[in-house]
Formats: sequence, structure tokens, C-alpha cells
Amino acid sequence: MALSVPAIMRTTAARLSALYLLLFALCAVLLVFYMTSLSARMLTAQTQETINDEVLGLARAYQRGGLPVLVRVVENRSRQPGANLYLIADANGQILTGNVQSLEPGVIDTEGWTTEPFSYKRFGEGELDRLRSGTSDQTPPPATGENAVPAEGEKGHNAIALVLRLPNQMIMLVGRDLGEPERFRAVIRRALTLALGMMGLGGLLIWFFVGRAALKRIDSVSEASRRIMGGDLSGRLPVTGAGDEFDRLSENLNSMLARIATLNEGLKQVSDNIAHDLKTPLTRLRNRAEATLSGKHKPADYRQALEGTIAESDQLIKTFNAILMISRLEAGYSSEHTNRVDLAAAVRDVAELYEPVAEEAGVSLEADVNGAFLVDGNRELIGQALSNIVDNAIKYSTDSTSKPAVRVTLERTHGEIRLCVVDNGQGIPDDADRARATERFVRLEKSRSQPGSGLGLSLAKAVMSFHHGRLDLLPGNPGLSVVMSFPAREDH
Amino acid sequence: MQMSATQPSSEIAYNGPMKILVIEDDREAADYLQKAFTEAGHTAHVAGDGETGFALADAGDYDVMVIDRMMPRRDGLSVIAGLRSRGNTTPVLILSALGEVDDRVTGLRAGGDDYLTKPYAFSELLARVEVLNRRASAKEAETVYRVGDLELDRLSHSVRRAAREITLQPREFRLLEYLMRHAGQVVTRTMLLENVWDYHFDPQTNVIDVHVSRLRGKIEKGFDKPILHTVRGAGYMLKGG
Repeated sequence: MALSVPAIMRTTAARLSALYLLLFALCAVLLVFYMTSLSARMLTAQTQETINDEVLGLARAYQRGGLPVLVRVVENRSRQPGANLYLIADANGQILTGNVQSLEPGVIDTEGWTTEPFSYKRFGEGELDRLRSGTSDQTPPPATGENAVPAEGEKGHNAIALVLRLPNQMIMLVGRDLGEPERFRAVIRRALTLALGMMGLGGLLIWFFVGRAALKRIDSVSEASRRIMGGDLSGRLPVTGAGDEFDRLSENLNSMLARIATLNEGLKQVSDNIAHDLKTPLTRLRNRAEATLSGKHKPADYRQALEGTIAESDQLIKTFNAILMISRLEAGYSSEHTNRVDLAAAVRDVAELYEPVAEEAGVSLEADVNGAFLVDGNRELIGQALSNIVDNAIKYSTDSTSKPAVRVTLERTHGEIRLCVVDNGQGIPDDADRARATERFVRLEKSRSQPGSGLGLSLAKAVMSFHHGRLDLLPGNPGLSVVMSFPAREDH
Repeated sequence: MQMSATQPSSEIAYNGPMKILVIEDDREAADYLQKAFTEAGHTAHVAGDGETGFALADAGDYDVMVIDRMMPRRDGLSVIAGLRSRGNTTPVLILSALGEVDDRVTGLRAGGDDYLTKPYAFSELLARVEVLNRRASAKEAETVYRVGDLELDRLSHSVRRAAREITLQPREFRLLEYLMRHAGQVVTRTMLLENVWDYHFDPQTNVIDVHVSRLRGKIEKGFDKPILHTVRGAGYMLKGG
């Protein structure tokens, strides 16, 4: 646990939570101060208003009957329970009547509102009567005297008051106890503090649960990626199905992993194929050289052997180039080398290139194309793929029962441009064989007699996948129909 | 052209010894090229890295340069760009292990005149270098090509041999035009595929041979002397008697 706490603090979730908590607390504290000071001001204003009303009433009493009436009203009011304070003192500050037993020195020396709340002591129940009747053994201390300050331990009250000087130089004080507003303020402060505490606690709890949940998910993601880095390439990051950003992240990373796995698989296949298909001719090459070296031969034999070696290595280089090209195309050849290509022109070019070969083989090569069929692509790649297909078609149409013929057609269907090369040879009757024919190095049984690397159709397929299209082998009835489907350009 | 005076006939390209600079960091390959060029009757100098090669090319007067693309210290493309910026127009053939379409485009854009992917046959390299030779390529501006009694008019698109009109398909015309432009020089099948058909791949079947033999039929049939020769192991050569 001692280790896990700093680990938790190092997480983004924890840092963010702490920051939010801090800001939140700051706001809450400011709010408490604002609320309390506002309520204090409001309460003070209310108290002053009450006092003003009281003074107005007393002034009316004074106007009605002069000092005696005033004193009587004050005495009457003093007897009533409440928060109001009344005091009438002589010019020297000696308390004559009211419900204030003593107060802080100097309060009644200045006329007007008391600037600060002052402490005072109030007569208990009946004490005023005793003062008035003179039966009290306790002489009221002068308000300005030392002993006017409430004794320690005795509960002093705070009040604010208005001090007036009566026409006969007597002093009248009308005030109001602050006990109630202060209690109210305390209640507000307590409530706010409590709310603040609860908010803080809530924040901590939320951080603990939410932050930890996020932390746990990140942990599971990094755990999964560690496993994948450890060699388990089939491993995938957990997706909870909540559809949140963690899921989106995991899904994206997963599709990236899938892509990497595909490329990796392709690479593995390429190396397997290289191992298999290059080792065979390399062995043949080596055996031929060895056989030539052993035993006596005529110079012409050596020459022939060397020429054979060169021819064999040329074939090896061709195969190697084809493998590399297929891999690069499948790995996503940079598409910046595509531009507008007219498939009709490509067909005419390739047909023109192969026409003499077809004629020599006794095959009629027909390219039935009119107009322009524009696609985004690479002329060189399309030409190479098409020439591989046409080359195959010419070779395999020669076993036709009727006159061998190869037809190349172009048609536009459902947002696609379909380039078909159809021959009338024996075709590939078996569905599984037809599906296999585009795999690398697959040479179907009857093609073994024909020269070729077994990469022609694989290359065409790779070229089609580079063009976001498809290569399909369909039964040609008779023969084989090889269909290159290109996505049509949108502006066409 | 300065050299035309020494040429026996303007219809035969200049095939005399060339001064070739080979910039190649692979010592063995460079030595092999030097030996092979010497055997073919040319003079070849070898530079083992880009800096040395640049200095040699800048100072010497070469007919053709063969420059490897990937070298230590200074790569081939930078050497070519440097030379071109200094006004050096000597034809350059780039040798490269990179054979993608875009690699070729980049190489030619950097100022190369031809691009050959490793591994290559020396016969292919030699044929290309001889065609590149700056003293041989004077025919671009000519409107009528003549080789022996064969005549090709580039403007009227007409071909005649010994005053007899020969009808050619458009592609056959272009094929003959290229062969005549480089008459007296070996032209390989890939050179024909590149220059006449503008394709840079290896067709599975040797389609070029069939085209050439068809053309040969048209320009040789009914005439005594062969004019379009097959050069064993290399390609073709158009040569008047």
C-alpha cells in the first residue's frame, strides 16, 4: 500500500481529481465567505431598521408627553422580553432606567450608531423593578466605571445601538441584541461548512471510484499490450462495449493490431514462399555448376552450362522481383502514384502488345473496347496485371476444342468498371482450383507444363487490391473468364 | 556535331571508344564494370564514393557516367543534382537496387538520363550506356532517318526501302523509328519495351521478339540483304551494309 499510493498519485486521473478538488474547495470557501458576509450585512441593516422604528416610536412618545412619558414608555418596553435594549442615563452617564445593567465603557459617550458591536449586561428578570423600587442591595454601577465590563464567565451579550442625546442633556440608547443574528450567522456558517465537507468527501469518493475505474481500464490496456509485445500477436485489447473513449481507443488499436497481424502474416508467407520457391532453382543452379565442374567437358559444354546458369539466375531475379512487388502492393503501395488512367487505352495497348504473340500461337485476340473508361490508378501496374492475364489466356486457350480465341471486354455496371478477359480453352472446372489459382506460387496441375513462375495471377490480384478493386475467376463456358473490377471514378 | 566529321557515315551512330566514369561503392562490382567496359573497347574510371566521384566528374570530360544510387558519404542522386547545378550535362545512368516506379521517377527527376535496376545483365548496361553516349545522340532533330537503303520520314510517317514503299502499323513505325535512331547500336528488348511501349515491367512471354520479327518480315522480305540483326544474348541492331 505504501508503494501503491504514489503510484496512484502519478496517474492523470488522480492529478486531475486533486486539481478539481482544490479549485472546488477554493470556490466553496469563497462562497461561504460571501454568503456569511452578505447575510451579516443584511442582518445588520435589518437590526438598524428595527432600532430606527423603535426610536421613531419613542420620539413620538417624547413629543406627546415630554420626558416623563418617554421614561414610562421606556420602562414599559424594558419589561417586555425581547432583543431590544433601552437605556436612559443622565448627562454623566449614570444609568437611570432601561434594561441594560452595564455596558462597555465609552459606548454612550458618542452620539449616533455604535461603530462596533459592543458587549453589555442585561438586567435579569425583576432586577429592573428592584432598581426602580430601590430595594436592591446592589447599587447600579456607573456605566463608565471599571466594573461595567461583564465579569469573566458571565455570558456577555453583543449588541448594536443608536445613542441619542435628549434635549436636557440626558443620554438615551436604543439598541438590539445581536444574539439572534449571530446565531443565524453561525447556523449558516455551520451549514456551509458541513456542505463543503460533504462536497470534499464526495469528491474524494468520486475520485476514488471513477479515477480508479479509469486507472484499472488503462492498466488492463497496458497489460494487454505488454502481452502482445511479449509475442502473443493474436491478443487484443479489452473492449467493454460501453462505447466510450476507452472502447474507441481499444477498437482503433485493435484494428491496427489486426492490420499488423495481416502484414506480419503476409511477410511470413513471403519468407516461406521465398524459402520454398527460390531454394528449388538455387539448388538446381548449384547442382548444375557442380556437375559441370566434375568430370571432363568440351569448352562448348562449359559455355552451355554457364548460359544455363545465367538464364536460371535471370528467372530467379524475375521471381524475386515479382514476390517483392506483390508484397509491396499488398502492404499498401503509396497511392500518390496514381492518376487518371483510361482502361480502354490500357486494353488497346496490351492487346496491341500481345496481338503478334497470339497470332503466332494461332489464337485470335479480340479487344472489343470503345470510348473511355476512366479509373484512378497506375497505368504501369494495370498494364502489367492485364498483360499477365492476357498472357495466361493466350497460353490456355490453345487447348480449345474450337478455334482458340481470347476476348477482352470492358463494361460499366453498378459503379464498377469490369474488365473481362475470356478465353475458350478448357478453363478451370473445379471451383476450389479456381479459387486457389490466384494464390502465390500455385500452379494448377495442367499449367506445370507451361513456363511461368506461378506469380502472374497473384500479382494481378495484388494490383487489383491496390486499386481497391477485385480479381475474380469465373467459369467462362467454355474456358475461363478473368474479371478485373475497378471502382469507377465518381466524376464519371 | 563535332564528331560527325570523323564518322564514316552519318547513318551509323558513333560507336567508338567512350570515356566512362563509374561511381560505385561496391569494390567488386566496380572492378567488374571497369574490366567489362575495357573489354568492350571503352575507357572506364572508377570512384568508390560520391565525393570522389563528384570531384572526378567535375574535373574530367566523360562521355557517360554510371552512378550507383546508394553510396556512403554522398548518395548518387545528390552527386547528379550537384553536377547538373554546375552545368555538367554528361549523360548519367543510375544503377539502383530500388526498382519501384516512383524510385525510377525520382531518379530521373534528379537529373538521371536512364535507370537500371540491380541485378542487371552487363549486356543491358552496355547497350544503354552506348545509347546514352552524348556523342551518339545527334538524331533527335533529324526528320529523315537513313540506314543503308532504308529510309524513314518522321514527318510524313512513311517508310521506304530501295524506293519501295513499306506500310507499317503505327507501333511498328515507332519501333523502327527507335531502332533507326540508334542504328549501329545494340538495342535490348527492355529498351524497346520502355521506349516504344512505355512499359517498365518484364512480360512473361517475350512479346518484343515477335514484334521485331514481324517488323523484320516487312523491311527485309523481298530484299537481299538483312538489315535488322539479332545480337545474341543482348538484343537487336539495325545496321546497313
